[in-house]
Amino acid sequence: MKDSPGLQLKTYILILFMVLFAPLGNVLLSKGMKRVGSAKNWASGELFHVLVSVITSGYIWLGIACLLAFFVAYMLVLTWADYSYVQPASSFSYAVVAMLGYFLLGETVPPLRWIGIFVTCVGVFIVGQTHPRTTERA
Amino acid sequence: MLELLFLFMIVFAGTGGELCVSRAMKVVGEVHDFRPPALVGFVFRAMRVGWMWIGIGMMTVAFFSLLAMLSMENVSFVVPVTALSYAAGAFGAMLFLHERMSPQRWLGVFIVCVGVTLVWLSRR
Repeated sequence: MKDSPGLQLKTYILILFMVLFAPLGNVLLSKGMKRVGSAKNWASGELFHVLVSVITSGYIWLGIACLLAFFVAYMLVLTWADYSYVQPASSFSYAVVAMLGYFLLGETVPPLRWIGIFVTCVGVFIVGQTHPRTTERA
Repeated sequence: MLELLFLFMIVFAGTGGELCVSRAMKVVGEVHDFRPPALVGFVFRAMRVGWMWIGIGMMTVAFFSLLAMLSMENVSFVVPVTALSYAAGAFGAMLFLHERMSPQRWLGVFIVCVGVTLVWLSRR
């Protein structure tokens, strides 16, 4: 199926939104969860305490807001583009999340992880060369 | 061990949820009008599709699993390893959504999986 330049452009713009908002949301969630801490056991009292800490964390809500922005862009692009195109194309966010983790959270990112992320992006690029839509419109 | 369980839930509940949402979006149809009132109408139309709710339920399970894993591991490790969902997603898209997977797409998905394996091996 032939794709119009307009279709390609709006696909790229929405994928850009996805690639920015999803990593930012995950980094904010990570910051929030590091403050909350993990449950040491699965007793209901401790789980309740963790749940309360999660829902009262500002970082968690900011992260959820970013992920909602990502989700709206994702829903819109899926109305015309294939899932099997959008999902890999949005995985550039893995490189972005590693950079944000390194710069904003001070995480150690070993060289092997950077290589893995680079290889992932190569896979994404290859998928990105295929047509966004392989099925007929509903 | 607990990390593996959460990873399994993130990948399978997340991918299953995304496939259901994708199916719901195909029912709603392509969006041409991006003005706010039209987008609100689009969201309400999407909410009337059953697949949307199944998808949201599965993605909620995946979300809480992600939160649990983020409390244990670095975000630069957790998020890249969840790319394992690409393999599950490719099979799901072909079987559940009847999308055509060209050899080039399979190659891309395979390379993504190699990248994820390297990220997993970088775990301390």
